Amino acid sequence: MSGRAGIVIVGASLAGLRGAEALRRGGYEGPLTLVGDEPYRPYDRPPLSKHVLAGELAADATALPQLLPLRARWRLGSPATGLDRNAKIVRLADGSSLAYDTLLVATGARARRWPGEAEFAGIFTIRGRDEAADLRAALARDPRSVLIVGGGLIGCEAASCCRDLGLPVTLVDPNPTPLARALGTLVGGTLAARMRAAGVDLRPGTQVRALEGEAGQVCRARLADGGSIAADLVIVALGAVRDTGWLSEGGLAADAGGLTCDGACRALTRMGVPDPNIFAAGDVARWPNPLYGGRLIAVEHWGNAVEQAAHAARNMLNPADPQPYAHLPAFWSSQFGLNIKMVGLADGADSVAIVQGSRAAGRFLAVYGREGRTIAAVSFDEARWLPAYAERIAAGAAFPPIHDATDQPAIETRPPGFPPPRPFPASRGRVPEAAHA
Amino acid sequence: MRVVVDLNRCQGYAQCCYAAPAHFELRGHEILFYDPAPPEAARGRIERAQQACPVRAISVEGIDLAEEDAP
Repeated sequence: MSGRAGIVIVGASLAGLRGAEALRRGGYEGPLTLVGDEPYRPYDRPPLSKHVLAGELAADATALPQLLPLRARWRLGSPATGLDRNAKIVRLADGSSLAYDTLLVATGARARRWPGEAEFAGIFTIRGRDEAADLRAALARDPRSVLIVGGGLIGCEAASCCRDLGLPVTLVDPNPTPLARALGTLVGGTLAARMRAAGVDLRPGTQVRALEGEAGQVCRARLADGGSIAADLVIVALGAVRDTGWLSEGGLAADAGGLTCDGACRALTRMGVPDPNIFAAGDVARWPNPLYGGRLIAVEHWGNAVEQAAHAARNMLNPADPQPYAHLPAFWSSQFGLNIKMVGLADGADSVAIVQGSRAAGRFLAVYGREGRTIAAVSFDEARWLPAYAERIAAGAAFPPIHDATDQPAIETRPPGFPPPRPFPASRGRVPEAAHA
Repeated sequence: MRVVVDLNRCQGYAQCCYAAPAHFELRGHEILFYDPAPPEAARGRIERAQQACPVRAISVEGIDLAEEDAP
């Protein structure tokens, strides 16, 4: 650990920054280098699809606070392009190389793009600060009609911003409701009602086959059923692809679904052996989570970037005593005046129960169960109840977990209504899973 | 100055909104909207908001760190 090259962190966003802080907090005194593909200091992404699109915050206003002195070298604006594990070198886009003794991979993910997107102006994704600034500028030019492709968290948040701006907006998604894969269609249906009440033209069960344009400008979406939707601004919100391209020659178990790690955040080689000098954290890391039966998952949420980076840093500094990383995924979203917060992973649930409030009132807490165990909970404007349920989920409590609580309605369990799994391309070994929205 | 709030942790107690009303605002029932880049002149109020948070969800960059590691 005290070698001359020191620790290199590839990825200068939330996980990279918090990992660097955890290394210094943990007593690491050696050289520390952070590599970032964007020319910016680490910044916070959740406001980009909310307050930045709405014009309430400038895209450059969300730089993250640095919580202790890092004494780091920053290599910003120069993405990593390759890894040589034998020579212990990371290659950068500017042609230079960086030697490492220990490496933390925190390259995160990038927005999944529409094929041929560059063909027409007016097609946007939201992931980075520049993308958010470009989209914000386009929204401020009063487009005639906005189309959002994808009803996950980002698509729904963008739809909410568009309505706040008074813009006509259509949202299409192949599933029966928005957030169907994260929450199921029972809970997703309450959000659908809220979106429609806010004036969103919601088109569930709809797939876009092609985006068409005139004179270089996008003008409509052609649908799989042959219909079309006019739009001069299209937001593609189809989730994210893990940023692992630079690892392709490194012999690690990496693909678009993430970099596979062992339980202690150490990157695995294609042979399934941990490289003792390479760790991963944040969106890019796919690891066996003991809270979900050792299933390989990658968690694309803010809280995981912070916790996993700290955990990886701890293991980097204590190689003789690697500790497994157990994490209860959690996220928040604000949209259509609602605060949505979730803990746990609901996919695969066979039951859901409303355990506080009611869907009719628009404020409720829903708990998800699988095979008699509590696996997740989501709150719509009832967040005060969530921590109690998070504890039960982490403990694998029986479903439903809490009875006779104050103000609790009669508990009735129902099917959560998850769409069938997406066909997954033939893969080696276990099917990787991702927790994202 | 730079501020971030862990909104997983935030429970909407709104104590920050009393301590620094120009920089923290509760919307709807429990959505916290805050200014991630308040002016340095507001540091006193921001640090009071940070101290007032019952779940310690607010992180603030120390004044000594402001440009320490500027790339």
